[in-house]
Amino acid sequence: MFKKLAIGAAFALALAPVASHAAGGGEQHIEDFQFSFEGPFGTYDQNQLQRGLQVYTEVCAACHGLKYVPLRTLGDEGGIGWTDEQVRAYASETFSVYDPELEDDRPAIPTDHFPANTGAGAPDLSLMAKARAGFHGPYGTGVNQLVRGMGGPEYIFSILTGYEDPPACAPEEMDGYYNVAFAPGGYPDECKIFDDEGVEIGRKAPGSWISMAPPISDEQVEFADGHANDLHHMSADVSAFLMWAAEPKMMARKQAGLVGVIFLTILASMLYLTNKRLWAPHKGKKH
Amino acid sequence: MAGIPHDHYEPKTGAEKWLNSRLPIVGLIYDTIMIPTPKNLNWWWIWGIVLAFCLALQIVTGIVLVMHYTPHVDMAFASVEHIMRNVNGGYMLRYLHANGASLFFVAVYIHIFRGLFYGSYKAPREITWIVGMLIYLCMMGTAFMGYVLPWGQMSFWGATVITGLFGAIPFVGEAIQTWLLGGPAVDNATLNRFFSLHYLLPFVIAALVIVHIWAFHTTGNNNPTGVEVRRGSKAEAEKDTLPFWPYFVIKDLVGLAIVLVIFWAIVGFMPNYLGHPDNYIEANALVTPAHIVPEWYFLPFYAILRAFTSEVWVVQIASFVTGGIIDAKFFGVLAMFGAILAMALAPWLDTSSVRSGKYRPMFKWWFYLLIIDFFALMWLGAMPAEEPYASFSLIASAYWFGYFFVILPILGVIEKPLPQPATIEEDFNAHYGTASDATPAE
Repeated sequence: MFKKLAIGAAFALALAPVASHAAGGGEQHIEDFQFSFEGPFGTYDQNQLQRGLQVYTEVCAACHGLKYVPLRTLGDEGGIGWTDEQVRAYASETFSVYDPELEDDRPAIPTDHFPANTGAGAPDLSLMAKARAGFHGPYGTGVNQLVRGMGGPEYIFSILTGYEDPPACAPEEMDGYYNVAFAPGGYPDECKIFDDEGVEIGRKAPGSWISMAPPISDEQVEFADGHANDLHHMSADVSAFLMWAAEPKMMARKQAGLVGVIFLTILASMLYLTNKRLWAPHKGKKH
Repeated sequence: MAGIPHDHYEPKTGAEKWLNSRLPIVGLIYDTIMIPTPKNLNWWWIWGIVLAFCLALQIVTGIVLVMHYTPHVDMAFASVEHIMRNVNGGYMLRYLHANGASLFFVAVYIHIFRGLFYGSYKAPREITWIVGMLIYLCMMGTAFMGYVLPWGQMSFWGATVITGLFGAIPFVGEAIQTWLLGGPAVDNATLNRFFSLHYLLPFVIAALVIVHIWAFHTTGNNNPTGVEVRRGSKAEAEKDTLPFWPYFVIKDLVGLAIVLVIFWAIVGFMPNYLGHPDNYIEANALVTPAHIVPEWYFLPFYAILRAFTSEVWVVQIASFVTGGIIDAKFFGVLAMFGAILAMALAPWLDTSSVRSGKYRPMFKWWFYLLIIDFFALMWLGAMPAEEPYASFSLIASAYWFGYFFVILPILGVIEKPLPQPATIEEDFNAHYGTASDATPAE
């Protein structure tokens, strides 16, 4: 039966690179972007996280909150890695929070969280990189996530870079903005393909209409070190930052994973040899 | 314990005798771990230890998680994030606990299918089998309620859908559903009672595990040949068996360690693979997820639940005969629980006198088909409720019931079994040779 399972697994893995299938009905284009933190040995790129934080602060924070992320964690190892002074300065210069004791707003301090921001109806981004899966295939099994990862940051990257001119089939007065990576939004009947009984069997264009206007444009943010600030670079940076925001302990977790795997492998080997020796007197050579 | 004759604990020193005459606990432990075990057990027999480990892992990590978790609809989600971000090692505790549930079910499914293949459910081990099924039911209840606790979108909507099943019971369904939820909908009262029961049930499982072990220590283990250990005398029994300690403890630990390498790699490198991304969105009664999908270990039975729509003729007949009391929804619920009941009834549905599938040339193929059917149902349970998946689900569900209620009873009558070895010793020696011509260790 082991053989059967192995064949099944090999078959599933062989199918893995098949195009991904959308969760929300339509097709979506998710770019399989290569991030530094992918794979068992992948780590966050500290410079990229810092750039991503800058993009978040100057662009995303206008509408999106990060309410589960404490500001002090900007100083944590395996993440942004700022000094205490940097964290304190960033907190007080960037955000103000309501203090019920003062009955007034005061500058934020490191023990505060990033503010929640619900004004524009935009979702909180604390866990966004884990709350979306970019890859679902093959055949909806999600097995390709074994090789590509869940695809959360890829999803965010694809949304940010997925704004295109609407397809020709779409009427002029659609609400929102056409995005090839966004599946669950509004979609005009004119672009759907129906069979004789009026059942939707396909779509002429991927994606759907999203209510968020294209948030980032080329050269919108100026990095202190002069790093490339075109749309693609900034989107990748902020996607990486949001992955850190969702999973700040990732590097510690992977290290624990690696140490555990090594120790358990040694333990398993030693137990195997013990077992072999233990049983040897009771087993002879095969006739 | 009763059963296979073997050496028992003899208190020697005065202190040992003093204790033994008041509380024979040392003897109980000795007899339990020294139980004569068929020496031909193969690697499919390691999963019992893995399951015991899982129960311990879940209880230990769970108790620590409870120290940091807040069972309230306004705070549960945030308290889980608190565990992930602020508690020392909290992210490992939570990922171990969440993936530990998956390991638990991987192990229990392999354990169950091992029993189904080697006929471990057959006389005289029916009680072991039934207690095992009760453990499995408790596990499902515990896992389901545990998944509600983080109070994400799938927690909330999963709870809504599953408790809705009870609402399908005729006449009293709605009252039962309200009673289960503690109100008209999934809310704080639901979260609190699920938290309470999620903490309680593992200890019920632990008690049932003791009964499970007690039962098969009385009958003795089954083994890959299905041939019973000879019990005429201690000398005879010793030819077929070796004591559980150290032979099988060490062997099982080898298996457990290998399983844990894979488990630890998943926890360390891809801890969210088996979860659903929607559960990282806080529960919101106003937004329904596009697809409400249960955890992978419920998918086969979820597929059976959904397979019986009002267009299926058996459902229509049932509805007609009962004057509409059994509608499609209730039929689906009955089918889902019936699918588990069918497994529990296996000891009485299987008419073959041969235990092990190794010696049943026809049974083998039907059994392999059942395994494929199980995975097919699992996949179909994750698919949207539309064609062609609906038809596939119906076929796969039909096979599940067909296997237990038609194939098992008929096979026992028409199948001509292969010759079985006379003794376990004979089977063991055929594999490994006799100990006398063994090359000594070193």
